[in-house]
Amino acid sequence: MRDTAKVIIGILVFLVLVTTPFWYGKIAAESGKPPVLKVGTAEKECVMSKDFMRANHMDLLNEWRDHVVREADRVYVREDGRRFDKSLGNTCMKCHTDKKEFCDKCHSYSGVKEPFCWDCHNDPNAR
Amino acid sequence: MRGEGRVRTCIGEADDCYVSSSRAQRGDLPDALWKGIAVGLTLLAMTQNALLKAIVEDKKMGVKRRDFFKIAGVTALSALTATKAVSAFAFGPSGHGGETVSKDNAVRWAMVIDTRKCGKGAQCKNCPSLRACHEAHNVPDIPNKKHEVKWIWQDSYDHAFPTQTHALIKDELKTRPVMLLCNHCDNPPCVRVCPTKATFKREQDGLVMMDQHRCIGCRYCMSGCPYGARSFNWVEPKPHIKKINRAYPVRTLGVVEKCTFCAERLAKNQGPICVEACPEKAIVFGNLNDPKSEVRKILSVSDSVRRKPHLGTSPEVYYIM
Amino acid sequence: MLEKALVGNKKYWMFVFFLLVIIGLGFLTYLCQLSQGLGITGMSRDVSWGLYIAQFTFLVGVAASAVMVVLPYYLHDYKAFGKLTVLGEFLAIASVIMCMLFIFVDMGQPFRAFNMILHPTPGSVMFWDMVSLGGYLLLNMLIGWTCLEAERKSVPPPKWIKPFIYLSIPWAVSIHTVTAFLYCGIGGRSFWFTAIMAPRFLSSAFSAGPALLIIFALIIRRISHFKPGYEPIQKLAQIVTYAICINVFFVLLEIFTVFYSAIPEHMHHFKYLFVGLHGHTGLVPWMWASTVLCLFAIVLLVNPKTRKKEHLLVIACVAVFIGTWIDKGMGLVVTGFIPNPFDTVTEYMPTYREVLIALGVYGIGALIITVLYKIVLAIRDREIAN
Repeated sequence: MRDTAKVIIGILVFLVLVTTPFWYGKIAAESGKPPVLKVGTAEKECVMSKDFMRANHMDLLNEWRDHVVREADRVYVREDGRRFDKSLGNTCMKCHTDKKEFCDKCHSYSGVKEPFCWDCHNDPNAR
Repeated sequence: MRGEGRVRTCIGEADDCYVSSSRAQRGDLPDALWKGIAVGLTLLAMTQNALLKAIVEDKKMGVKRRDFFKIAGVTALSALTATKAVSAFAFGPSGHGGETVSKDNAVRWAMVIDTRKCGKGAQCKNCPSLRACHEAHNVPDIPNKKHEVKWIWQDSYDHAFPTQTHALIKDELKTRPVMLLCNHCDNPPCVRVCPTKATFKREQDGLVMMDQHRCIGCRYCMSGCPYGARSFNWVEPKPHIKKINRAYPVRTLGVVEKCTFCAERLAKNQGPICVEACPEKAIVFGNLNDPKSEVRKILSVSDSVRRKPHLGTSPEVYYIM
Repeated sequence: MLEKALVGNKKYWMFVFFLLVIIGLGFLTYLCQLSQGLGITGMSRDVSWGLYIAQFTFLVGVAASAVMVVLPYYLHDYKAFGKLTVLGEFLAIASVIMCMLFIFVDMGQPFRAFNMILHPTPGSVMFWDMVSLGGYLLLNMLIGWTCLEAERKSVPPPKWIKPFIYLSIPWAVSIHTVTAFLYCGIGGRSFWFTAIMAPRFLSSAFSAGPALLIIFALIIRRISHFKPGYEPIQKLAQIVTYAICINVFFVLLEIFTVFYSAIPEHMHHFKYLFVGLHGHTGLVPWMWASTVLCLFAIVLLVNPKTRKKEHLLVIACVAVFIGTWIDKGMGLVVTGFIPNPFDTVTEYMPTYREVLIALGVYGIGALIITVLYKIVLAIRDREIAN
């Protein structure tokens, strides 16, 4: 067992390499500032609370998608009774008119690849 | 047809005559047996489903919590679908599609196409219905025939009804243009074979729908469809769409698509766009379960046929010859 | 035991390298298909399944054929097959994996493959095909590995494995029956709409699979110390003989029914296969090649004098394999779509890129067989040395 030192060094190098994504993410997150998003709307309130939307908008969109496509249920009723069309293009994007400044900025900050939504759905405000 | 979209609740008296045969044929024992088998089979799938979902979405709060209850609902629903699938498997419609109107719903959308009027007008060279549909739904115009995507199109009578033609048929009929589209069958084989429920029959009005978010592109539905009504996106469709209608999505590579009877317009109480665009008023759309509807009136006085009725799919597009 | 696959002579490594090159080429072409879509294949709106699904269908048969060595050994105590069962099981493993890969490369949205499990649909035969193929793969991995482990330790296989072995027998039949149901449950495609589809699938499987096993056994005899005997190979040859005769008989039954009843919808497909339809003859030479090969094989196999000569037997086996491969692969799948629902013909010919991807999948299968057989042979070599 003359190579003990080498083995230990090898293990350490391995551990550092393997954990790269974790510590890199940590450092990058601390140094980088979260982007300021341009909400770009006259409306004061979203279909749900800001905090909820921030964390869960993708789940809400998935739910709306299933309701509209599979159950023909197209109307969303907010807590205060106001009704909305369950539609990314016709409801969400009506307020959040600037996809680049609102969606893309944060998606690229948090390392989310352009969501598949835009493969098929059109940004109604583009050009 | 205009205005019929609003008739959603009345179940006409005349419906009773349609209820007759197929119900009575189902013996109690085999039905129960099939249901039992279906429930057993589904149990397995349910456990798997629930477990997987629970693992994937084991977060608390908000949408997640509600999702969990939804899963219960969805699984129950899939049990129901399975029961239906298996009983349909055992007791499909009998005869040659004579007793077809779905009986359980207030609404059963159907279409009647008068082939005598079709293609007669001045504008018909470049069929306005076809154009309106494909423009509204971002259907690409792909030059390679093999990769073609189409929701509604024209073919000659002898191609549309290959088993109903003969050598001495009059030329006018043989070459008469026939509008072809998804038949929104009452007993759709495409739905039966789909392994993910990406294509499904909407319970409330019988539309055969396509969930392009879920489609895995296996094309089993294309094998299943006896009408060639389904198209697959063999190539990227976007470059082949002349002007994208931003109000309607496009499709991605590798999914199947077809006519939806304009579900997005029906939701706004409008009829399908092909009906609206036809200058000859050759297409009529309406609720087959409403005895006062125009489609029912036309069918009761005209010579109507459907494509390949012997397959028992019960197509809901009728042709007046 | 896997380490045994890491020791080999130069020829072994050359072969592995060759397979890796084929796989690499296939993989690169697949990346191209992923980005450009299935439009790079020869498939079309009318012929929406092609080479990939044809290979899938054929290979399910090869996978199922393991039962033809397992059944005589375990149910009839036919000792001569003892050393061959594990070869059959490992062939099944490679075949099932190839089947799954062929389904995968055929998907338009492969990243959504898990939707089959997330949204299980018991009404769809494809769901059951997934269940039965997956189960069969697990069964064969478990059985093959456990029995080989026992052989390495020179002890009899553990008792608990027996029920799994018995289960694998009907399970093998089920994978091919369910695969036949994929086709024969579709009323709109009259070529497939025949109750004899499952029996036909089984008979062609039980001829092609054991034929391949004979070829493998004879190769193994050349390159290793383990010498598969004359007797088990002759027994397998008998199985191939019966199965190919039954297979041809079944095809003739179809032809009688279709042409005596003379229903055009049903006749058109067979006409397209054997004489061409509306002037389209794409598959005609292939089908006649398949017919001639199968009949030629039957002549060699039925006659005991030729069957018992191994150099002629191997020719017959190759003929059976290619004959059934054409008939069940391209013949069966593609012809279901020709003519199309409008009684017009769109022909199908795979593109070279499609062929490269298919070869890549076959390369993976060959690599799995090579590695697994290498382990078996290494263990047997050591036994013989002792």
